[in-house]
Amino acid sequence: MSEVEAAWEAVIGLETHIQLGTDSKIFSPASTIFGEDPNTHIDPIVCGLPGTLPVLNQKVLEFAVKAAMALNLKIAKHSKFDRKQYFYPDLPKNYQISQFDQPIAEDGWIEVEVAEKGKDSYLKKVGIERLHMEEDAGKLVHAGSDRLAGSTHSLVDYNRAGVALAEIVSMPDLRTGREASEYASEIRRIVRYLGVSDGNMQEGSLRCDVNISVRRGSEAPFGTKVEIKNMNSFSAIQKACEYEIQRQIKLYESGEKVVQETRLWDENKQNTRSMRSKEGSSDYRYFPDPDLGPIEVSHQTCEAWRAELPELPVAKRHRYVSEFGLSSYDARVLTDERQMAEYFEDAVSQASDPKAVANWIQGDIAAHVNAKRISYSALPLTPENLAEMIKLIEVGKISGKIAKEILPELLEKGGSPTLIVEQRGLGMISDPQLIEELVDELLSAHPNEVASFRGGKNKLQGFFVGQLMKKTGGKVDPKLANQILIKKLKG
Amino acid sequence: MFIAELRQQLKGGEISARELIEHYLGRIESVENTLHAYLEVTAERALAEADLIDQMRAEGKPLPPLAGVPIAVKDNLCTQGIRTSCSSKMLEKFVPPYESTVTKRLWEAGAVLLGKTNLDEFAMGSSTETSAFGATSNPWDPSRVPGGSSGGSAAAVAAGECIAALGSDTGGSIRQPASFCGVVGVKPTYGRVSRWGLVAFASSLDQVGPFATNVADAAEILKVISGHDPLDSTSINASVPDYCSSLSNSVQGLRIGLIKECFEQKGLSSEVKTSVMTAANLLQSLGAELLEVSCPRFNDGIATYYVIAPSEASANLARYDGVKYGYRSEGANNLAEMTSRSRAEGFGSEVQRRILIGTYALSAGYGEAYYKKAQQVRTLIRRDFEKAFDSVDILLTPTSPTTAFSAGKHANDPLSMYLADLLTIPANLAGLPALSLPCGFDGSGLPIGVQLISNVLEESRLLNVAHQYEQAAEVMANRPKANLVP
Repeated sequence: MSEVEAAWEAVIGLETHIQLGTDSKIFSPASTIFGEDPNTHIDPIVCGLPGTLPVLNQKVLEFAVKAAMALNLKIAKHSKFDRKQYFYPDLPKNYQISQFDQPIAEDGWIEVEVAEKGKDSYLKKVGIERLHMEEDAGKLVHAGSDRLAGSTHSLVDYNRAGVALAEIVSMPDLRTGREASEYASEIRRIVRYLGVSDGNMQEGSLRCDVNISVRRGSEAPFGTKVEIKNMNSFSAIQKACEYEIQRQIKLYESGEKVVQETRLWDENKQNTRSMRSKEGSSDYRYFPDPDLGPIEVSHQTCEAWRAELPELPVAKRHRYVSEFGLSSYDARVLTDERQMAEYFEDAVSQASDPKAVANWIQGDIAAHVNAKRISYSALPLTPENLAEMIKLIEVGKISGKIAKEILPELLEKGGSPTLIVEQRGLGMISDPQLIEELVDELLSAHPNEVASFRGGKNKLQGFFVGQLMKKTGGKVDPKLANQILIKKLKG
Repeated sequence: MFIAELRQQLKGGEISARELIEHYLGRIESVENTLHAYLEVTAERALAEADLIDQMRAEGKPLPPLAGVPIAVKDNLCTQGIRTSCSSKMLEKFVPPYESTVTKRLWEAGAVLLGKTNLDEFAMGSSTETSAFGATSNPWDPSRVPGGSSGGSAAAVAAGECIAALGSDTGGSIRQPASFCGVVGVKPTYGRVSRWGLVAFASSLDQVGPFATNVADAAEILKVISGHDPLDSTSINASVPDYCSSLSNSVQGLRIGLIKECFEQKGLSSEVKTSVMTAANLLQSLGAELLEVSCPRFNDGIATYYVIAPSEASANLARYDGVKYGYRSEGANNLAEMTSRSRAEGFGSEVQRRILIGTYALSAGYGEAYYKKAQQVRTLIRRDFEKAFDSVDILLTPTSPTTAFSAGKHANDPLSMYLADLLTIPANLAGLPALSLPCGFDGSGLPIGVQLISNVLEESRLLNVAHQYEQAAEVMANRPKANLVP
């Protein structure tokens, strides 16, 4: 960072749209399946046909409240839906049912661990202003152009219309692109842990808009805010912020102004470009939707839903460090996915060394799971069998090398490691008498080397160990073998 | 003929369902040229239904409660497979793929659809003159309007073109035409009847209700269409009493409140005032007690209504953009042009006026001054009623300040037209049940209506009092002659 840049501070806030993973839409029984033929998951309510009425899907409310609880938001005792009005053909009623001034939840925060290569990681508490429920719009497909302007005609697909969204608005607490992307990925981690969304950015189930400005130092008033859209990955969020910070600083430094506008991130060009000016801000003519009554979540229901919340990633991270003595890096990797964390915890509950379990999971097992694109629950190697394998190493029944040899079979087919070791005769030779006999044989077969060793060539010990391993196919207990070998050589 | 009598005659074999339906189709044939109450007559379907009922009778099967009862339905209630136009060019070709809950319940109870009736476009009006498909005339005097917006349904019942009809009431659209046409019209408690399938005008005010020639028939229809509907979040989850069984209760000791502000209206015709006071006195002679009550905010109803209703309408009617269904203007060069031209050509001027008023009232900077303020006044009006019901059981007012006015009288003066709903609007704003029933005639032989308003979910009391009055007053027995009223 140059000296000029260091004088500036970025102020970043995120608006995150999470598609809530309910089977049916927020106000109608139509299915929410993604990627089907256009207009196959619609019904009269989704299309806003005259005389139809919305009825709130109670599962959507449950998912939204659970997400809000995980984000430490306060659940509103009374909340309501409003109509946000604007004309656009992807919006069947030409108004979106959303929540304006009484969202379902307000005033929360999450703890984000900000880690970047080559830098110390740190914890950051990010405020969350609100979470509200709303319906998604449909999708326009333009012929002859990638946008409405310039197309010969446009087609509309309402499959996505009416899909339930939770919009999560952060406070402007983020200061770097990395913080922004870590915040977004923590949100995703949380909703995936809860099972309320798959958080898939490619399919659009998680979408982030960034609001960003820069100011001279942390005490200066906020600068002019720019909104950035169209980031399809966490790294895109980071890069878009970093690009935009540079762009705004350069403008200010050269005496120009930052224009309040919406900009699009261009993944190919790795820059942002202006989409539309926001100076004449839109008038959405919000008013309470008279078709939907007030939303009231009783204390009882709230507590029942709270009791169903799983342990969240942040709690797991802390516990893995304090309870299992793992590094914060290991804790972070293992808790990234709920299934991985649960797999780890299941294995640890039966093995004595969490560090060993962590290493095996982060190494060969994660590689296998990622390569095969399977989930931990579908892995043939159960956490119990992994624990059993680690125990075999601990008690000296097998070496780490043998364990690596049998692991592919365990990962592919599963089964008991003990049984596999026995069937394949891979158990370690750890009977001192047997090892003594083997050593005796070896020494008598190599009299010259024995003489050299005894003459001072200590390095030859490695030669004998190697020969012993070769002879036994690596199965001899290395610790014991060394002890006996030295005793015999020196004796 | 009463529905109860008809039931007996069908059961006893004195009349067949086909004969009954043929009679009404014949009646429609003979008067429709003058009246134009119907937009579409579903004769074929009605006869097929009638034959099914006759078959059930022949087989000795038990008949459902409204078996064979010919019903007309306001054309803003969705009927599956049958065009539902809202009297608008915008929906001239719209055929709903679903049935409204109220009509579904009627058909399940054996009632037979005779046809869809005319209304002011999207139920916006008080005369049925804003229909895109021509006005409806008043059967008592074809040069007069039938009232609105449910003018087609009211006229059809009055002219004997059906036994009963459904209408919708947002600010008086059932009660005012009932008054103008000399029939009974009921607006239930908001939420008592499902709005699923009712094309929305102002969602927080709209409510479906029946028209009939007498209170007992209205009670029968209301009983069938009432009750909770999971498809409508605003429908009330409360059991429905048997409205018919309490009709004969005495009104002895009933406290009737006369709302002072209603009788002091400047525009209230003296004939209407006299007739309504006579009705009140008759109830007193039956043992009820008359009390004067004040609802100080009553007269603010109309201003409040003309902010809230158009605001909601401006959003409810935004969906008509020519994209998905309904009228689309040909030859537009771009999207904005397609939307604006479709709406400019598809909607009539009264609908456009209300959309503009509502859009303005909700716009940034005005929302606080208009919409929020109107909601606050609405709360005050509701409190006025709550207070009144502390001291009385039921409220009595004229339904409309005047009898049916001449066609075209208010056509160029929307404000004077809006005043026609002055007395009916407050019940909508407060969500209260109210009905209108005939109480006399003016010097020109036009019917006068009296309005009864009761507390939330007290439709039973409303119908009971109306029935007791109806039995004692025998208004229709002494009615003037009118060619189109049987």
